[in-house]
This record gives sequence, structure tokens and C-alpha cells, in this order.
Amino acid sequence: MMSIISSDLFLIVLTIGLFLLSGEIFRRTRLMLLHPVLLTAVAVIVFLKLAGIEYAHYKQSVAILDFALGMSVVALGYLMYEQVERLKSATLPVLGATIVGCIVGIGLVVGIALCFGMERDIITSIAPKSVTVPIAIAISEPRGGVVAVTSVVVFCTGVLGSICGAKLLSLCGVKDPMARGFALGAASHGIGTARAIELGAVEGAMSGLAMALTGFGTAVLLPIVEKYLY
Amino acid sequence: MRGVLTILACWLVGNMLSTVIDGYISGNIIGMLLLFALLCSGVVKGETVRPAAKFLLGTMALFFVPFGVGLIDSYEVIMDNAVAIVIATVVSTFAVIIAVGWVFQLLNRDKR
Repeated sequence: MMSIISSDLFLIVLTIGLFLLSGEIFRRTRLMLLHPVLLTAVAVIVFLKLAGIEYAHYKQSVAILDFALGMSVVALGYLMYEQVERLKSATLPVLGATIVGCIVGIGLVVGIALCFGMERDIITSIAPKSVTVPIAIAISEPRGGVVAVTSVVVFCTGVLGSICGAKLLSLCGVKDPMARGFALGAASHGIGTARAIELGAVEGAMSGLAMALTGFGTAVLLPIVEKYLY
Repeated sequence: MRGVLTILACWLVGNMLSTVIDGYISGNIIGMLLLFALLCSGVVKGETVRPAAKFLLGTMALFFVPFGVGLIDSYEVIMDNAVAIVIATVVSTFAVIIAVGWVFQLLNRDKR
């Protein structure tokens, strides 16, 4: 029995099954705290604890999901391509806002982390927090970041931005729908984009574009910050 | 299937280029740009990649799960740094939203 439970196939089936179940629960409740990724992760953790399976073993068993994540990052290029007309129609604001967003985002996180005397690997883990999870992991993992910390912080950032973003923008007098969508995507990636789509089609499209560009901008900028600032 | 091959090929070339620049940017992110460039230049048609890309993008959340499960080993690290992480996250998220919104609106207005 144990050999089946700890087999690669079982763990993959378990993960996908729990994920679909969590998705159903999330659709019925719409509670952010019951986000499918979070719910599935917690359920898998409980299972591993009960079955006495090590995380390292689990991670190796579901390596195929890791591989698919790598492919998804490449597929984001298609998402950017779908928005190429919008990119052309507002090149200057798009580029300006992307650069400002990356600098402010990384600068503040690293600055605050340094003030608190955080360790280097933790700073690397949370520095790409405004970027979509696959890109954030692609940035933090090779630099020695703790990817679990990265995923959690990125997730919380997404939820925070999607809950407060629209109100915050209204408070600060940002009325341009393109600017509002772009800000949501730049700060809170996919989860912010889901919220932006609810606000409107223009907001949603700009948000998706911001997510891809901020991801790339952060990938370029972070190694420089890492080398010279901490 | 061609879409899958295109995506994998972009990733492979991305990995090669990543080695050349000493891993400065990871291979899959370079692959993302390569795919974007191929689509924009018309070398690869949108329809070729769409089914595979839509599937991957639509299922992406599942692929994060193993990283979330990583909490099992690293929740202590988060707890040790909880205050700093919360402050850094909240402050920078709000600052990015406001800064990006302002800059975009300002530049978009100038253009018109």
C-alpha cells in the first residue's frame, strides 16, 4: 500500500485531483482565502504529513508539473503577442510605467528588507514579489531564493493588490482605464489581472500586458540590484 | 503538437542563450521573448501556438502547487521574518500601484 501511495503516479493524480476539487470549492465560495492553489497546497501538506512522505520526495515525484511551469513561462510570450496592438498604441506610457514599476517595486522591497536586517536569501525570495509566480520562481530559484517563500509572498501581493488596487487608484485620482489596468497588472500580476478583467476589457488587456512586461523588467533589473545593493 | 514543439524549441534556445550570458536571465524567460518575437515577425503563426499556449496559461495555477507545498519545509523562515515581510509587501504593493497608475496616466495624457 505504502509503495503505491508514495509512487509518482499517485502523487500526481492526488495533486491534480485536489486542485480540481479546490477549484470547485473556490468557485462556490469566492473567498480569496480559499484560493485553489492555497487550498490544494494545504491539503497536500496534510496528506504528506499523515503519510510520512518527505517534501523532497514529493517534489521529485511531481517534477512533470515543474516542467509544465517552465513551458507556461514561454507561453506568456503568446499572451504578450495578443496585446501587441495595444503596446504599439501606447508605447511611451507602457515603457515608462513598466520601468517605474520595476524600480519602485524592487527598490522598496529590498530597502525595507535591508532595514530589518533580513538575510540575503530571504531578500532574493521576496524581491520579485510583484511578478507572476512562474517568472518570480524563475528569478528567485537560480539565485538561491527559497521558492516556497517566493510563492507565498507573490500570492499575498496578488490578493492584496486585487482587493485594494481599484480603490487606491480612485483615491489617487487615476481615472484612465488603461492606466488603472496597467497598474493592477504591474503590482499584482495574474490575480490583479483577474480583477482588472472584472473592471473592463481595456483594463484586463492592459493588466495582462503589464504582467508580462513587469516580469521581464524585473528579471533584467534584479540581478543588478542583487550585485550592487545587498 | 506543433505548438508544443514551438514552445519547447523556444525554451531550448532560451536555455542555450542563458548559458551564454552566464544565467543572468533564465532560459524560459528568454524563451518567452523569443516566442513573442517569432509571432510578431510572422515566422510562427498565432494559430500554431494558440491551443498549446491557451492550455498552459489556463492550467498554470496547478503548476505552482508543488512550490506552495514547499511551505512544509520553509514556514519557519517566514515566521522568523513575518513582520518585515508583511511591511515590505504592503508598502511596496501600494507604492507600485500608485506610481505605475500616475506615470501611465501622465504619459498617456501627454501623447494625446
